[in-house]
Amino acid sequence: MTPLAGCLLVSSLLFSVGLAGALTRRNAILVLAGIELMLNAANLNFIAFWRFGPHPEFLTGFMFVIFSIAVAAAEAAVGLALILAIYRHARTSDVSEITEMKG
Amino acid sequence: MGMTASFLILATLTLAGGVAAMTLRRLVHCALALAVSFAGLAALYVNLGAEFAGLAQLLVYVGAIAILIVFAILLTHSSETELQKVFSPAGVAGAVLALAVFAVLAWAVVGSGVVHSTASVAAPQTSMRDIGFALMQGYVLPLEVIALMLTAAMIGAVILAVRPTSGSEPAETQAPRNPELRA
Repeated sequence: MTPLAGCLLVSSLLFSVGLAGALTRRNAILVLAGIELMLNAANLNFIAFWRFGPHPEFLTGFMFVIFSIAVAAAEAAVGLALILAIYRHARTSDVSEITEMKG
Repeated sequence: MGMTASFLILATLTLAGGVAAMTLRRLVHCALALAVSFAGLAALYVNLGAEFAGLAQLLVYVGAIAILIVFAILLTHSSETELQKVFSPAGVAGAVLALAVFAVLAWAVVGSGVVHSTASVAAPQTSMRDIGFALMQGYVLPLEVIALMLTAAMIGAVILAVRPTSGSEPAETQAPRNPELRA
């Protein structure tokens, strides 16, 4: 197996682990952590395609990862602030107990 | 050209950290496992020749996001949950869906031909100098946009998370909500 295929398989496994966590955990903080894992899996793909692609000197995938990390930082800050605000309002961080908007 | 042993070790560490973060019961352990997973991923970036991305990953994810998650766990008093409250009622469906997603992704990767391509690629020669020039020349507009977005996100996070202290806000007293509105 080539290194690129290894990277892609590790990345898809990491993505599935994050997806499983985001879909199955009840705590909102861990749902966010699962989303972060999925984002990281995508970053690993970018790095792998940059490293093993035909033109690594253009730095495209590399730059994408740098900006994606910055976006992830902003996302985590806002997401955790939202979880704190919801916790103050509903006294829980359990996503299956927050049913205010259920039809 | 096969995978190196260091890649396999780091990939195992990353995946084990991720699985532990998503399955452990105590949230502080989950945060620790998540930090291990992020650090393993940073080492993977360094292993793949992207030292700057690995360092940024270490700084942002292990240094900031993991700590932020620990603080969120502290502030929401959710470090210890009962065993039956770890997974949601639809957990089995979610796990099956994730497994199906992995099957599709792995099928796509294996079927795409990258498994057998024999083109050996030399490690790219990129220095910090090249990255700096790229950031300041070709990518200067995205850099400015990301700076603006980080500022906006910081202000938004502060506004969301700050505790309303004035007496005009009734949210602090947990007033009973009108039951008719919940119908």
